[in-house]
Amino acid sequence: MRATLLYFPGCALKDQAKNYERATLSALATLGYEVKELPRWNCCGTVYSLAQDDLMRHVGPVRNLIRAQELGETRVLTLCAMCYNTLSRSALFVQNPENLRRINAFMDDEEDYQGGVRVVHLAQLLLEEIGEEKLSQAVVKPLSGLRFGAYYGCTLLRPKEVAVDHPDRPEVLERIIAALGAEAVAFPERTECCGAYLTVTRPDIVRERVSEILLSAGRAGAQALLTSCPLCKFNLEERRPLGAPKIPVFYLGEALAWALGIEEIPEELRKSLAGVMR
Amino acid sequence: MDEVQVKVKPEMVTVYIMGQAYQVPAGLTILKALEYAGFRLVRGVGCRGGFCGACATVYRLPGDYRLYADLACQTTVKDGMYLALLPSTPAERRPYDLKKVRPAGETLLALYPELGRCVACNTCTKSCPQKLEVMDAVQAALRGDVAKVAELTFDCLSCGLCTMRCPAEIPHYHVWQLARRLYGAYLAPKAEHLHRRVQEIAEGKFAADLDRLVRLSQEELRELYKAREIEPE
Amino acid sequence: MAGELRLSRETLEAPFVKKVEELSGQNPYACYQCGKCSAGCLFAEHMDFLPNQVLRLVQLGDEAVLWAKAPWVCAACLACAVRCPKGVDIARVMEALRQIALRRGVQPVEFKVDRPYPQIALVGAYRKVTP
Repeated sequence: MRATLLYFPGCALKDQAKNYERATLSALATLGYEVKELPRWNCCGTVYSLAQDDLMRHVGPVRNLIRAQELGETRVLTLCAMCYNTLSRSALFVQNPENLRRINAFMDDEEDYQGGVRVVHLAQLLLEEIGEEKLSQAVVKPLSGLRFGAYYGCTLLRPKEVAVDHPDRPEVLERIIAALGAEAVAFPERTECCGAYLTVTRPDIVRERVSEILLSAGRAGAQALLTSCPLCKFNLEERRPLGAPKIPVFYLGEALAWALGIEEIPEELRKSLAGVMR
Repeated sequence: MDEVQVKVKPEMVTVYIMGQAYQVPAGLTILKALEYAGFRLVRGVGCRGGFCGACATVYRLPGDYRLYADLACQTTVKDGMYLALLPSTPAERRPYDLKKVRPAGETLLALYPELGRCVACNTCTKSCPQKLEVMDAVQAALRGDVAKVAELTFDCLSCGLCTMRCPAEIPHYHVWQLARRLYGAYLAPKAEHLHRRVQEIAEGKFAADLDRLVRLSQEELRELYKAREIEPE
Repeated sequence: MAGELRLSRETLEAPFVKKVEELSGQNPYACYQCGKCSAGCLFAEHMDFLPNQVLRLVQLGDEAVLWAKAPWVCAACLACAVRCPKGVDIARVMEALRQIALRRGVQPVEFKVDRPYPQIALVGAYRKVTP
């Protein structure tokens, strides 16, 4: 009996992060899930609007929650950390009855959102629902010999209401990495912001941040970084200043697919695999 | 026999044109009602057949908070209709070279980055006289699915109603045209049979037949026409 | 920064302070200037006023804060908010300052899209720094 899982991709997962989606969906199928994409979904808006009176920027996220409600589902999975953050916080925003009433009144082209849809991130699914034990048992190609630095960024850990773990001392991603057989390397900058959308307005600031993050990861001995945010990946790769260590960045789902034997471990990492084939 | 003239008084409705009330016969289209009221239209009128998108009109109905949008040549007047015609919509078309751009999302976003401002409010969809799924098309453009955009906007008339009302200031119909051109130039399956036929013509395969036809007399042509193959119904 | 600051009931209860409170939902007077927000802010070195200074200016009703550059290099990473011992969400105060400017039609940060960006970057930038 396969458990069904409703899945919200987000724009990036259909474009620059297609590989993240492909790898994760095949991994989830192997782990016993039937993944169904949310129909007629729209962009979540990437950043959560912090102004108290702003209703319009919650319309997009709530519309997606209505799509889930239309199917009678109460849970939606996201792979992108930013989508996770924005959708969950909008879900909380409309727990206030007045906000909910006004947004429903505006969306006169949709059924009223009743509340009750929960947004779940991949990391939560892997640890809370599947569990480390079952995950390790499913591993076919243990990633022993590889040292991964988990880069959380901001959106998985802040604010506290939606955090998947403690904002300063998280361990969820390290536990997942360990379950896949690799060594997890915690480095000081792993929870620090890369600059996100400042890459458009102030790329100089992002370059400084990326340099700090890569130096920190390099000093701790990480061979590669794992992230679940396409914007972080973009910044870490495209905004790397000359002189900063060149550490490859992969998505969490890709590592999952490697360990489950579904996808090939990239060439550049294969030579570090513990005493293994080239 | 005397002709009996029967004067039938048509049912009249009130419409408001530029804030002024006019009595017009029910059953007229908005366009015809404007002309009945005495306006001579030089702008905001075109094919009169629901195809060119020139007569985009915004209106309200009494007791209804909604703002409606439709084509004046296709919409019948209703009592109390409060009208405003849109003679044109300002929207900049960004220049590009079709031969140099890639048929991908990055082209759409690079030329029209304001696509990223979409808040999924759905006002565009509500404004579309063709009842297209405009917001879905914006979302497809944002995702980089050029083929989907081309598919969803095939019937777009470029009337500009969505563009006028969009809070994110997206110039929808320019994006659609770009997407359709990209689709046609790069992504649509090629019509191989057409390509072959054109080559055959160039090679002169039909030259002799065409030559013969051109030299026939009117009589001979008529006979040929009468004797033509007709496909069964 | 203003050369001279005259404190009075008028400045301390300036209308813009009420607007900041409304938009942010935060009580700026809860801040006791411990400085943890500024210490943890990764973008502080690019700001003209540090996060705690921004809060101070709001507390004092100093309009100079409305023209500050600080809110425009804030990335809303919330490092400040999770560390504040009084639970003041400084990121929301920054957003309120941005919104006050943008809603008045003032857009301090112009950006040209002169290279391909992933939509995730563009959408975020548009939502934070454009009206």
